Amino acid sequence: MKRNIISALAVLAAVFLFASCSEGVKKEPKPVDIQELTKDKPETHGTEIKDADVTLSTPLDQAMVTTGKATYELKCQSCHKLTEEKLVGPGWKNVTKNRKPAWILNMITNVDMMLEKDPEAQKLLELCLVRMPNQNIGVDEARKVLEFMRSNDGEK
Amino acid sequence: MKHSFFKSLFAVTTLSLTLAGFQSCKPKGGQSAAAGDAAAKTYVAPGKYDEFYNIVSGGFSGQMSVYGLPSGRLFRVIPVFSVDPEKGWGYSEETKPMLNTSHGFVPWDDLHHIALSQTKGEHDGRWAFGNANNTPRIARIDMKTFRTAEILEIPNSAGNHSSPFITENSEYVVAGTRFSVPMGDNLDVPINTYKQNFKGTVSFISVDKDNGGMKVAFQIETPGVNYDLARAGKGKSHGWFFFSCYNSERANTLLEVNASQKDKDFILCVNWKKAEEYVKAGKGTKKAVKYAHNVWNEETQSATSTIENEVVVLNAKDNPDIVYYMPCPKSPHGCDTDPTGEYIVGSGKLAAVIPVFSFTKIQQAIANKTFDGDYEGIPVLKYDAVLHGEVQKPGLGPLHTEFDANGNAYTSFFVSSEIVKWNVKDLKVLDRVPTYYSIGHLCVPGGPTVKPHGKYVIAYNKITKDRYLPTGPELTQSAQLYDITGEKMKLLLDFPTIGEPHYAEAIPASLVMPNSKKIYKLEENKHPQAALGEGKARVERKGNEVHVYMTAIRSHFNPDNIEGVKLGDVVYFHVTNLEQDWDVPHGFAIKGADNAELLIMPGETSTLKWKPERAGVYPMYCTDFCSALHQEMQGYIRISPAGSSVPLSFSTGTNMPAAEPAAAPAQK
Repeated sequence: MKRNIISALAVLAAVFLFASCSEGVKKEPKPVDIQELTKDKPETHGTEIKDADVTLSTPLDQAMVTTGKATYELKCQSCHKLTEEKLVGPGWKNVTKNRKPAWILNMITNVDMMLEKDPEAQKLLELCLVRMPNQNIGVDEARKVLEFMRSNDGEK
Repeated sequence: MKHSFFKSLFAVTTLSLTLAGFQSCKPKGGQSAAAGDAAAKTYVAPGKYDEFYNIVSGGFSGQMSVYGLPSGRLFRVIPVFSVDPEKGWGYSEETKPMLNTSHGFVPWDDLHHIALSQTKGEHDGRWAFGNANNTPRIARIDMKTFRTAEILEIPNSAGNHSSPFITENSEYVVAGTRFSVPMGDNLDVPINTYKQNFKGTVSFISVDKDNGGMKVAFQIETPGVNYDLARAGKGKSHGWFFFSCYNSERANTLLEVNASQKDKDFILCVNWKKAEEYVKAGKGTKKAVKYAHNVWNEETQSATSTIENEVVVLNAKDNPDIVYYMPCPKSPHGCDTDPTGEYIVGSGKLAAVIPVFSFTKIQQAIANKTFDGDYEGIPVLKYDAVLHGEVQKPGLGPLHTEFDANGNAYTSFFVSSEIVKWNVKDLKVLDRVPTYYSIGHLCVPGGPTVKPHGKYVIAYNKITKDRYLPTGPELTQSAQLYDITGEKMKLLLDFPTIGEPHYAEAIPASLVMPNSKKIYKLEENKHPQAALGEGKARVERKGNEVHVYMTAIRSHFNPDNIEGVKLGDVVYFHVTNLEQDWDVPHGFAIKGADNAELLIMPGETSTLKWKPERAGVYPMYCTDFCSALHQEMQGYIRISPAGSSVPLSFSTGTNMPAAEPAAAPAQK
């Protein structure tokens, strides 16, 4: 017991010593705030897309479908089939019928945000066990991918 | 008994005398010299960033390393002159040409010095240069990608030590010969004809101001001395370059003794602006030589190596007023210009003073021809006429000097193992602090620029001895960080380094980090063998070459089952990483390959060459943990005997249609 008190006192003394030492330190003025400057940005490409931000029109814009298909082949095809079959991620057949356009665009462009707060996205992660990667697709490019998805779902 | 008593008494007395002597020439503090608030000053909390990048030469590792300051944490080892199987450097088909030389593929070198690019005498954060000391070369590292972007061999050179030091707008990096060598058509001469046949050169390598591309602009041929270190003039002395040299005796054996005969050797002062004019006026001679020029192309993500055949040489003797020798005591090593460009600090390795020369006086001496005769036809400036003054009793064995923004110099002393701070103008010693042990180079952030950032001096030591847990005969190399914000220098931190650290530079993170590249965009990938999209993945046979155009993404390869390859075939795996996310490289390795792995950055394509030697099925897998299913990122390639009729085929996940219960095994 006595021993405990002594060691507690020793610790206290050490704390005081340390404190008194560091008080003498002058703080350097910081010319550039590296921490602020270099803060890692979350992997988003623009802010969250709301339902009202997306307008769909018929007939489909065929130029957008073509560009969207090229993006699909370069960046999405490895994991998503155009059928309903799941590969790494879910197949794309009927995705435009089951999900709102804004949800699809957010999933492509702001996947970190979606996995953090969207229950449907979280369910998919539990199912697939691979976080959908950020494929560096901006909103405009994603919109074209959506047009291709609509075409894949039989819209004209 | 009596005898042994006296013996021990003697021993104790000797020891205490030695200790007393030791302490008297060293500042107090010794082993526990770290300042009381050292931990707080070097602690960078988890998730926080360091204030400076410290770009450190890797010495005989041949590489360049990147540390954070003040934490001393190691971030990256950039492969430069030596192969690096971890990164596939020198093993992938794309990187092999980077290590090509006029002697063929050279897998190793010795990188001594760093030069960071400058604009108007200040760091601009674009490139880092490093020298190869053995097979003379200069490398340029792109600070956006922290990769070696270019390697240029230096002709008519041996031991490229006096390199790559840089001018204030990165007009030139330089290369001075540490070994003089025979030049010209007949290189097969007796070694003892050194004085007749051996020549020194200092080369000026121009740096393209837009893309950094290097070119041997011209060489100056000089007597056969040994060039050691160099610094560009700056400010008022911009347009001049200063090279220290030893062996003015021109000895070719036992230099330890024979090159230390004379009281003074030289610092070579080069008026490179004038040399430039002379070259333009056609005064140079074109000499036939052979040297490799290797360039990394970021679009095709591969290197090309070109052998160049010609170099322009200006003979110092025939072109007066471009070079002058300036006497400097006792085998000068370091040769450093202060931030104003007025003072040039010479450091004789064996000297007991530090001479400081004045650029203004050098110009006056040249104008008034205040010469002390000539050396092999080149004017020698009169020592007293160009001297600003000598720092008296600074320490033993001065090597290198860096500067802060307040007119102070910091000189490393190898023999007395200390850093000495002194005032450049009045030459008074202000402070000294011991290093553990035997410091070589030292670095003040921005120290070689016109605007030093100051704050710290870092010692790069030659001996570590008892500073770290021992690891057998070979111990870690080390650096030490000192606070220089106060009047007294304070030891803050020891940190281990790779290879042997020679020169290093430190640059504020704010100048580098915002430009750091995160991914290679797939849209910009112009690699001829890239598979841009999984639909492009395929296998093609061209004679006995089998080309696998493979994609990698979390977490599978395509194709991952390959058959129809036969013994006698050479297989090229061109692997494209389809990721577009920061920090998601994929690796690629195959069992039994007499090669390294590939480490492929997002959006990049790399090629592994493999010549299978036995029939069988060989597994391949991703080596860099990429996702929860990384362990599943694997595949097989089947190798059949020569002449086998197995057709070439490839696939990944040839899934049965989703609704086909027949695919399930029948139950019994």
